Amino acid sequence: MFPATSRRYATTVRKDHNHKAAKQFLMNNACPLLRVSALTTLLGSEDRPIRVVDGVDLEIRRGETFALLGESGCGKSMTALSLMRLLPSSGRITKGSVRLGDTELLELPERTMRRVRGGRMGMIFQEPQTSLNPVLTVGRQIAEAVRLREDHSRDRTLKRVPKLLRAVGIPDPERRSGEYPHQLSGGMKQRVMIAMALAGTPELLIADEPTTALDVTIQAQVLRLLKGLQRETGMAVLLITHDLGVVAETADRLAVMYAGQILETASVADFFARPAHPYSGKLMASLPAPEKRAGALAVIPGRVPTLDQPFQGCRFVDRCHRVMDRCRDQEPAWHAPSPKHRVRCHLWDGSEPTATAGSKESGTKGAAPCDRMGKTVLRVDDLKVHFPIHKGVFRRVVGQVKAVDGVSMDLRAGETLALVGESGCGKTTVGKGILRLIPSTGGIVRFNGTDLTRLGGRAMRGYRKDLQIIFQDPFAAMNPRMLVGDIVGEGLQTLRIEPNRAKRLERVHSLLDRVGMPAEAADRYPHEFSGGQRQRICIARALAVEPKVIVCDEPTSALDVSVQAQILNLLQQLQRDLGLSYLFITHNLSVVSYLAHAVAVMYLGRIVERGTVTEILDAPRHPYTKALLSAVPTVDPDRRCEVIQLEGDMPSPSQPPVGCHFHPRCPETGPECARAYPTETRLSPTHTLHCVRVGEGSQGKSDRC
Amino acid sequence: MGVLELPVVLLTDALIYLLLLTVLGFALYASRHEHLRAPWRRVGRSRIGVSALVVLGFYVVIGLLDSVHFHPREKDPAGSDAAVYSPEVLSLLDWWLTPLREHQEKTYSAPFATHLYAKERSELPDGRVIRDYPRLRWGGRHLADPYRDRLPDIAWNTLYGLLKGLLCWTLVATLLLWLRARRMGGGLRQTWTPAWAGHTAAPRRSALLTLGIMLVLGFMAGELAGKYHILGTDKVGEDVFYQSLKGVRTGLVIGTLTTLVMLPAAILLGIMAGYFRGLADDIIQYLYTTLSSIPGVLLIAAAILMLQIYMSNHEQDFASLVERADLRLLFLCIILGVTSWTGLCRLLRGESLKLREVDYVQAAVALGVSHATVIGRHILPNVLHIVLITLVLDFSGLVLAEAVLSYINIGVDPTMDSWGNMINGARLELAREPVVWWSLTAAFLFMFTLVLFANLFADVVRDAFDPRLRDAR
Repeated sequence: MFPATSRRYATTVRKDHNHKAAKQFLMNNACPLLRVSALTTLLGSEDRPIRVVDGVDLEIRRGETFALLGESGCGKSMTALSLMRLLPSSGRITKGSVRLGDTELLELPERTMRRVRGGRMGMIFQEPQTSLNPVLTVGRQIAEAVRLREDHSRDRTLKRVPKLLRAVGIPDPERRSGEYPHQLSGGMKQRVMIAMALAGTPELLIADEPTTALDVTIQAQVLRLLKGLQRETGMAVLLITHDLGVVAETADRLAVMYAGQILETASVADFFARPAHPYSGKLMASLPAPEKRAGALAVIPGRVPTLDQPFQGCRFVDRCHRVMDRCRDQEPAWHAPSPKHRVRCHLWDGSEPTATAGSKESGTKGAAPCDRMGKTVLRVDDLKVHFPIHKGVFRRVVGQVKAVDGVSMDLRAGETLALVGESGCGKTTVGKGILRLIPSTGGIVRFNGTDLTRLGGRAMRGYRKDLQIIFQDPFAAMNPRMLVGDIVGEGLQTLRIEPNRAKRLERVHSLLDRVGMPAEAADRYPHEFSGGQRQRICIARALAVEPKVIVCDEPTSALDVSVQAQILNLLQQLQRDLGLSYLFITHNLSVVSYLAHAVAVMYLGRIVERGTVTEILDAPRHPYTKALLSAVPTVDPDRRCEVIQLEGDMPSPSQPPVGCHFHPRCPETGPECARAYPTETRLSPTHTLHCVRVGEGSQGKSDRC
Repeated sequence: MGVLELPVVLLTDALIYLLLLTVLGFALYASRHEHLRAPWRRVGRSRIGVSALVVLGFYVVIGLLDSVHFHPREKDPAGSDAAVYSPEVLSLLDWWLTPLREHQEKTYSAPFATHLYAKERSELPDGRVIRDYPRLRWGGRHLADPYRDRLPDIAWNTLYGLLKGLLCWTLVATLLLWLRARRMGGGLRQTWTPAWAGHTAAPRRSALLTLGIMLVLGFMAGELAGKYHILGTDKVGEDVFYQSLKGVRTGLVIGTLTTLVMLPAAILLGIMAGYFRGLADDIIQYLYTTLSSIPGVLLIAAAILMLQIYMSNHEQDFASLVERADLRLLFLCIILGVTSWTGLCRLLRGESLKLREVDYVQAAVALGVSHATVIGRHILPNVLHIVLITLVLDFSGLVLAEAVLSYINIGVDPTMDSWGNMINGARLELAREPVVWWSLTAAFLFMFTLVLFANLFADVVRDAFDPRLRDAR
């Protein structure tokens, strides 16, 4: 069934040969479990409908993982909702058929369809937080799902709940089933959602971005769980995601979706070895990676077209780097570069195209070289940000949430320091603490020798222009009631850099030009721009006051891969031109490898390991860093390594574990770890870490895999 | 009489003018800012919205006419040329409705009646004394034989009013469309056809139809009111229709001035509590928690009774009864405002708590923007939709509150025409046989129309301004 080459890619590295064989057997024997043909879904009004899904054909076989890949706004989720017939009220399926086994789902009456949903087809969503009812215990919610499927007695239902919870790897299920959703962590909630979907023993599980809201280590847990369940139950999984790494590690086959259509379907192995569509190639080329540090990332210009217009030719035509004349007026037909690989592109018309997609753009030269890095501009010493916990009538302080508990670091001029860690580890608080957006409890932040933490409000205002911040969510980062020109010029006005309005506007125009936005943007409102454009405007706002240091708080995590590449290129360009220093807060390690010079890894309010980017990424020493790096899904099979599974979740920062904070989850833990927090061990002038095991000389493996 | 002179500006008049200026200023400001204009445009595109606006417009016009006060000039009994002004304070509406105001009967009479509602002893020319329903002094006075002529006369006058109304509507509609056509640079026909077919973005047909209905009703009422008491008369023989029209201003004043009074406190304290948190938040929270735990009616009763005592002790300070009643009305607005600002304040505190953590506020702080500017530039514009929604939603509640308060005698001054007072006056008569139903019905009719359309309008405004609903559509 699979070509020999694909077998290497087809599943994760956690291969199980028996399972593999069983699966092959299943696939060879079964006709497709789900067959979707010419599915067309419209949204919105009759006279100007939005064709969110436009003639989609899919086949999912029993027991396989099929990935639907695409940028946001391409219709992935709408396809899933169409399959489940759970469209919003303005949505309607106008054409096509969806066959699950022998059943035509689109013709079923709603009553019967309700039994299919959650029965033969289960679904899990991106946000486990909002998918669970906060006022019911987890056990009751699962029991409800169980009861709907089977007419079991109360006793048997109650017995089934702990079984399901155990199946999704929740320890101590009897106790957990009595808990409320808020008592569970994000990963746990997603497990509960999976348990609810499993209650109906589905043949097909639709997972709509199941791990996007989760941290990498938790993501690895959930993906492993899904794989395991699939192996045990033989269900098929339709995985909807935008993450190429996740697809490469978990899926068997995939379809690339763009503007409501499928552009390419292939086995995962084929796809990553030889992407056939220019879009696919570009997507891969725009992923940041260490070897791309030298140049700018490939970008896909423009954005996904709006779907309320009729299309004539290829939908990717405006963004394609290999566009031909007929692409504009002829809709491309399906071509097959190899037997199991189909692509909708004119390039494959006739013979194989001469050069495959993904030609790198190389207009700009390498990353800011290290020798240009100057003196230390920002030195953080033992920074602490604690939030008191109040209790009782008199609001006495009963404890402290130690969000940041003694963080030290140096940032040199022209350097990018990446601050890496899972959500909740306090990295954003560090950024805000440095800028004094949150008052710090202790420690010193020196900017060019001045201690910022001791400055009064007025004196601090003098330093505001030197330190700026870019936020994660470009939609929340701009006042929707202000013109872009006023937003960008706000700093110039407030800090009296340019009090004259006309001159200020002139500077705003040049700033917009600098970040690649037209000057007319100044007279428009933020809502008229896309996410990437807004992030550019936010960068322009930060640049307006000519800062020396910019705290970038996950500036690309809300953006699509292709847009992320644009922003990363821009940030790198600006650093080269203006000698900026970035404190780059992120959880995305591939971005780190592309952009950063130095890396600091944070866990539970403290930095556990610090060093140059090569030291940390290529030779991590702290067990947490190793686990974190191993959990990142990668596209490249050669760089893939055994995932070091971390058990459980990060503990609460209000009650950190005694001793090394990481030891309860650490795979290399020993009795000495629980005694005291490990002191700093210096491995090289730049590489330091806090780990007893490394400190006492028992050299752990230092390579990534 | 009739020369407009020696204007009097009552306190509530001044505040109404202020409110009008504020609204006009806001309209001018909003027309220049797209994010403010867009939701209003959505209101203007809603059929219910424009119809409600037209009906409310009639109420507002009546209320405004009733808010221009003056002392009318009187003929000097001595015959000199020097201007002599009556001590009476009249409004433009009073002056316009002079016939209605002066056509006073002896006591109750039913709507469109020609005879009193109570039998009276009267002496016939031949000397016999009988008890019968006497003819009204004004209602149906022109009829020779009321039993025979009354119904045809009413029908005739209604028809006449209908025709007049239609004529007037045609004129107004043509004028409006002509103005529109001139602005768009097309002919009248090009504007009329799509408007009538309902093809325009703004539902012009709905607006024009509502306008037509209101004009026709108005003209019919006007035609009939000159000859009959169309809604009857009350205990002292005053025309109920006139009272109802006078009640419009009271209702509007209570509904709008109260919010005007409470707005600064609610906005300022609410945003301060949410933005600064800490001690400021604690103090403000305690303040409004305490205030909202006092029963509102109790507070209002106490304040009104205190005012009553003050006014009876200082009678010489008030030039006229109207002024006295006006002060009481204003006081009622203030005290209603004091008891009702807490709701909005709480909403604004919550929203500001959320907004202060929003990235754009954080970005502004990182740029060194001062607290006052952050509040003025970033927080206030982003909570304004809540303020607006609250205002329109509160309006109808306040109008109804006035009626309830007047009913238990702690509302507006008994001498002031208000729907609450009408209901209060009618309450005892409901028990008598035959029942006097028209005061209550009239008050109900006017109040119901106002509150209904205000609520419809409020719904449209809320839908237009609520960002979540906007995305849903």
